[in-house]
Amino acid sequence: MVMNVTNLGRSGLSDWIVQRFSAIILAAYSLCILASFVMNPDMDFETWSSIFDNNAMRLFSLITLLALCAHAWIGMWTISTDYMTSLQLGKSATFFRIMFQAGCVLLIAVYLLWGIQIFWGN
Amino acid sequence: MLVSIYRYNPDTDEKPVMQDVEVELPEDKDLMVLDVLALVKQQDSSVVYRRSCREGVCGSDGMNINGTNGLACITPMSTVVKPGGKLVLRPLPGLPVIRDLVVDMSIFYKQYEKIKPYLINDTAPPAIERLQSPEDRAKLDGLYECILCACCSTNCPSFWWNPDKFIGPAGLLQAYRFLADTRDTADNERLSELDDPFSVFRCRGIMNCVAVCPKGLNPTRAIGHIRSMLIEHGT
Repeated sequence: MVMNVTNLGRSGLSDWIVQRFSAIILAAYSLCILASFVMNPDMDFETWSSIFDNNAMRLFSLITLLALCAHAWIGMWTISTDYMTSLQLGKSATFFRIMFQAGCVLLIAVYLLWGIQIFWGN
Repeated sequence: MLVSIYRYNPDTDEKPVMQDVEVELPEDKDLMVLDVLALVKQQDSSVVYRRSCREGVCGSDGMNINGTNGLACITPMSTVVKPGGKLVLRPLPGLPVIRDLVVDMSIFYKQYEKIKPYLINDTAPPAIERLQSPEDRAKLDGLYECILCACCSTNCPSFWWNPDKFIGPAGLLQAYRFLADTRDTADNERLSELDDPFSVFRCRGIMNCVAVCPKGLNPTRAIGHIRSMLIEHGT
C-alpha cells in the first residue's frame, strides 16, 4: 500500500467519503443562503444578521465551515500531490510541496477560526 | 502519403525529432497502421518499434497514432487519417522512451504486479479443479480480455502524474478481475492493499482509458466496482 501521512483521513476511502459528504453540505448551505435572498427581496443588514441570530442557522454555518475546511484540504492536498512532484519540479519538489501544504493549513486554520469568531463571537 | 515519426535515441540524441517519410500506399487497400510502418522501415531500417502477433492479441505495438493511443496492427488507416492528411506516430505518452516508438514499460508492469494478478485461494485444492457456475464465470467477461498493451494507462493524466503510486486503469481492471472471481478468497487482503489515497482514488473518472481501449473494455466501470467494494469493506 502507498503510505501517506499528510492526507486528511490516512485512507483514500475516508478522504473520498469526506469530500463527497462535505460537498453535499456545501451545496445544501448554498441553496439555503440563496433561498434566504429569494425570500427576502428587500434584504438589508438587519434582516441578514437576524437570520444568523438563529441558533440552528449558526450551527448549520459552523458545520458548513468545517465541511469547507475538510473539502479544501483534501482538494489542495490532491492538487499538490498531482502537480508538485519530482516529475514536474525535480529535486526541490518535496520542499515546495510541504511549503504549499503548510500554507494551505495556515489559511484554512485562519479561515476556520475567523469564521467561528464571526458566527459565535459577540 | 506523408508519415511523421518520432525519432529518439537517448544514448546519442540530445532531444527527440519528428522525421517525415513519404510512403507510397496501394490505392485499393485500407492498410493497417502497422503495415504502413513496415513500408517506412523498408525505406529507413533504423526506425524502431515493437510488434509481434499483428492481430491485436499480443499488445506489443501500442503507440500514439495521430494523437490517440491504439494498436497499430488493428487500426485501419481510414479511421485515423483523412484523405490527403498525414500519419503522425509517437510513442505511448508518459513512459520513458528507450528508442523511437519503444517505451520502457517497467513501471506499468510494476503496478500490475502490485495487484497480485493471480488466483489466491486458501482452501484445500479439490481433486480435479475449482468449479465455477456459468453465472460466476460470466462476471469475468469484460475483465479477463485485457492484453496489457498500456494504451489506457498511458492515456491517463493521473498515471502520468503519479505512475509510481496510482495503479492505473489496466492494473485496476485486473485487480477487479480477481476481486470478482468467486474462486479467489483474498478479497479482504486485496481491498486493504488498495485503500490508500493513490492506488484507486486517483482515478477521477474522466474515462480516457475507456476511450482508447483497443479491446473495448471499460476500466472506469471496474474502478467504480472496486470503490463500491471498498465502501462495503471499510464502512
